[in-house]
Amino acid sequence: MEKFIENLPPMDLMRSEKMTLVQLIIPAESSHRAITYLGELGLLQFRDLNADKSPFQRTFANQVKRCAEMSRKLRFIKDQISKANLLSSMRPVMQPDIELEELEIQLAEHEHELIEMNSNSEKLRQSYNELLEFKIVLQKAGDFLVSSGSHAVSERELDENVYSNNDYVDTSSLIEQEMRPGRSDQSGLRFISGIICKSKALRFERMLFRATRGNMLFNQAPADEDIVDPVEKTVFVVFFSGEQARTKILKICEAFGANCYPVPEDITKQRQITREVSLRLADLETTLDAGIRHRNKALTSIGMHLVKWMNMVRREKAVYDTLNMLNFDVTKKCLVGEGWCPIFAKAQIQAALQRATFDSSSQVGIIFHTMDAIESPPTYFRTNKFTNAFQEIVDAYGVAGYQEANPAVYTVITFPFLFAVMFGDWGHGICLLLGALVLLARESKLSTQKLGSFMEMLFGGRYVLLLMSLFSIYCGLIYNEFFSVPYHIFGGSAYKCRDTTCKDAYTVGLVKYQDAYPFGVDPSWRGSRSELPFLNSLKMKMSILLGVVQMNLGIIISYFNARFFSSSLDIRYQFVPQVIFLNSLFGYLSLLIIIKWCTGSQADLYHVMIYMFLSPTDNLGENQLFWGQRPLQIILLLLALIAVPWMLFPKPFILKRLHTERFQGRAYGILGTSEMDLDVEPDSARQHHEEFNFSEVFVHQMIHSIEFVLGAVSNTASYLRLWALSLAHSELSTVFYEKVLLLAWGYDNIVIRLVGLAVFAFATAFILLMMETLSAFLHALRLHWVEFQNKFYHGDGYKFRPFSFASLTEDED
Amino acid sequence: MYGFEALTFNVDGGYLEAIVRGHRAGLLTASDYNNLCQCENLDDIKMHLSATEYGSYLQNEPSPLHTTTIVEKCTLKLVDEYKHMLCQATEPLSTFLEYITYGHMIDNVVLIVTGTLHERDVHELLEKCHPLGMFDSIATLAVAQNMRELYRLVLVDTPLAPYFSECITSEDLDDMNIEIMRNTLYKAYLEDFYRFCQKLGGATSEIMSDLLSFEADRRAVNITINSIGTELTRDDRRKLYSNFGLLYPYGHEELAVCEDIDQVRGVMEKYPPYQSIFAKMSYGESQMLDKAFYEEEVKRLCLAFEQQFHYAVFFAYMRLREQEIRNLMWISECVAQNQKSRVHDSVVFIF
Repeated sequence: MEKFIENLPPMDLMRSEKMTLVQLIIPAESSHRAITYLGELGLLQFRDLNADKSPFQRTFANQVKRCAEMSRKLRFIKDQISKANLLSSMRPVMQPDIELEELEIQLAEHEHELIEMNSNSEKLRQSYNELLEFKIVLQKAGDFLVSSGSHAVSERELDENVYSNNDYVDTSSLIEQEMRPGRSDQSGLRFISGIICKSKALRFERMLFRATRGNMLFNQAPADEDIVDPVEKTVFVVFFSGEQARTKILKICEAFGANCYPVPEDITKQRQITREVSLRLADLETTLDAGIRHRNKALTSIGMHLVKWMNMVRREKAVYDTLNMLNFDVTKKCLVGEGWCPIFAKAQIQAALQRATFDSSSQVGIIFHTMDAIESPPTYFRTNKFTNAFQEIVDAYGVAGYQEANPAVYTVITFPFLFAVMFGDWGHGICLLLGALVLLARESKLSTQKLGSFMEMLFGGRYVLLLMSLFSIYCGLIYNEFFSVPYHIFGGSAYKCRDTTCKDAYTVGLVKYQDAYPFGVDPSWRGSRSELPFLNSLKMKMSILLGVVQMNLGIIISYFNARFFSSSLDIRYQFVPQVIFLNSLFGYLSLLIIIKWCTGSQADLYHVMIYMFLSPTDNLGENQLFWGQRPLQIILLLLALIAVPWMLFPKPFILKRLHTERFQGRAYGILGTSEMDLDVEPDSARQHHEEFNFSEVFVHQMIHSIEFVLGAVSNTASYLRLWALSLAHSELSTVFYEKVLLLAWGYDNIVIRLVGLAVFAFATAFILLMMETLSAFLHALRLHWVEFQNKFYHGDGYKFRPFSFASLTEDED
Repeated sequence: MYGFEALTFNVDGGYLEAIVRGHRAGLLTASDYNNLCQCENLDDIKMHLSATEYGSYLQNEPSPLHTTTIVEKCTLKLVDEYKHMLCQATEPLSTFLEYITYGHMIDNVVLIVTGTLHERDVHELLEKCHPLGMFDSIATLAVAQNMRELYRLVLVDTPLAPYFSECITSEDLDDMNIEIMRNTLYKAYLEDFYRFCQKLGGATSEIMSDLLSFEADRRAVNITINSIGTELTRDDRRKLYSNFGLLYPYGHEELAVCEDIDQVRGVMEKYPPYQSIFAKMSYGESQMLDKAFYEEEVKRLCLAFEQQFHYAVFFAYMRLREQEIRNLMWISECVAQNQKSRVHDSVVFIF
């Protein structure tokens, strides 16, 4: 046995990679290059040796700051490019590598240039806007003045109620007055015209009214020409009298951000100014356009390098962040770093370091050596794109401890299989398969682009989906269900009707006339009187068999774990009683099931199992399946009873004895050093070993034993979910097929048939293919996480996160 | 309502209470302050803050930073959070939240009016205003020549209008008048806020009356100390004290006749909660009083988070954040002016 196990071929994924703690002593001049090469390699996880220092106290804080500054500039440029809608023209272009310092200078130049261009065009735009506003004010205010000028009405004094009465005659008369040259000064009536944000206009008017105590007239018109400013504006003209009112109004205009423009009262002068303004506007427009063209050209030329530059800056920042984790040695000439790496990668790392030494033409090589580690190393499984998803399923529960047996090895097959047991229908399986194949066919395309969270999940699990669909086709063939319809694929049915009309088939049953149907469930069971009892009994027993097998597998893996960590205590006082307990109860049940299937016996297994506990000595009567069953049952029961104290008591007592033995001769020594021990930090490894708390260990063991004993019952029962889900799935698809599709097909009406077909299709797609897949997935997940993994899996490790540029780009985006 | 507000509080206020408690968890801690105090220059401060909730507000600032930029961005964050909460709030929480900003509004009005009196540029003044206390026609304040105009032109539209009834005079504005106006407004505001909280009932009124009483008492002490040696008469001084709080009414009578700081101290030491504040100071000293009051306030504000289902957490959070921004401003100033020895003088640790 031992030899056989020794000779088993090694499994890569079973144990995580052997790791080692390494120390690097890097001369300062080659440190940057060395870290860069290590980042490209991506197989070394650095430990933070400066954890107690805040970020700005670290050695390379300045460089990190410079990188942050550069990435800020790059963000600014990217922002500018996307604002100018030039993103589509951004193509990464191959170009010679440039140094970081050079890039920094270039970036500063580009930013400076951009800011200058922006401020220039901003200035131009502002003056353009002002001119445009002036033009609009001229037009609109001129309109006010002219339109009222045509009315020739008698003169009136301006009085308090002009505004409140809103008397049009008054208004026009006043404007008439205003229009006449020379007269306005006499009556002291003046006007201010300008432009203001539409949203502020109402408050502005109210404020003017209050400030002048109503002695004013406010006229406004919306500016319909679109000003480059995005807010809607309104042109206004205010008429008032008096110098004090003028200063007040001007102050209010200023406070509200209204731009005032002088409008000449003379029409010809107005026309002349309008013409001038239009001319200058056209000039400005061409200048603005030229400016924008120039800016766009500059942006496109920058845009070509942008992606590369951003990558570069990101890498540099990561390198300096990593350098910050290193320590200076006493001479300040070398950097000392510590980290974890897989043993297989040592040669590669050494090669990279040599290359770094050579490339930076350093006098002194980089020293690379392994160290002893107190803490446990990180867990690193080398997965490929196929096993990755399964490893993720396991890691979602907990990352395996260092070198602990990895359940993902078995999950690759058992997970899709248990899923399929619940989702057995080869029609639905084919649908899933098509979906999985689509994902696989577009793998290369989908993996490069960004997906939504749902698609991301679906795409990440594409190989899980593939296996799930294949297994559900397999299970569907066994259940003989194609969208719940049975087919005679593997030859004819073993049953036939008693007479030719076959009308008593449902009440009396069919007769068997030839050999059993060769594969899966006989199609004749469908719709027969005993369909449900038969299928239920089959699926229930199958679930228990599968469950017992998987739980046994879990216990066997715990044996391999104990062997690997050479803890014979666990084998003798945990593994052996567990195997005995589980198999003497539920292993025996499985045996009974298989015997019953093989012999076709009528024995009631419930009865056998229940009376095995209640009265083991009673005669089994007609429920006896084989000779010597009663004594066997008594022996198994006794074994199970012995197994419980076996796994509960010995282990803690033996641990206690070992502990006292180990420290027996050192009683005085311990006393002598007790003060020193207090000084060392409480979580150091040594302290931990010396404190042996028996009651704690015992309670721990007790919890574990009770959990296993109760768990054996409840976990076996838990596997019955395989039957329940499978039953629910098949019943649900039967309902949709018979009560929707067949019912609709019964009508000789194309519309009803189409509606029936549509409902059936939607129900199949959304309820059966999506909801049921999800629920079967979740139940399979639970069976693995709880029922399977709690037999052996600790999951208390932490993942290996190497410093790598490849993972960097993924993180940041 | 009392005793049952917990039953229905979450219908309207649950989401926002969760939000505000989440924000509170983002306040800088003592270790953050310790790190900040060790910074060598403003870039270090930015670097440290980028690891906190302020990160996204500061990350796009070009490198030669100024203290004002840091404070401005931090305030912007507070304003964003406030606006978000105000948008989500329903009555009466939205009114409560609005009440919190009136104090800033009063300060802004006073700032603008004083500024125009000294003929400063309005836009320059507007930049200095606290963004929480902005209202639409604030720029028009510069037009007003006296209190009556101030009220009639501008403030009649703002929520401050009712508080103005006490101080409408036709006198021209001068520094003294403005200071009296500020305190009268503040008095009316605090009393109104106090009444409003009483009306809300439950834990809100309980905790808020404690916090507002403290605020009123602190103002009373500050008014007394600042008016010693000015021409303000005792009656006028008495009129500026808010009509509630621990000192009301007997303490106010005694404060009104105080002639120097030691007399104030004598009055205050009769009140046990304030004894500890004054016990820290030596006689004749009033420099550290502000800090002592701030520390006491922060302590009380933190306690407001110990109870659930009340609105005082919003008030407490806003005040704590403001204190945090004051701390950041002080630290940044000290770092920028190379006065690191004084950095601990005015920083009030929140946790």
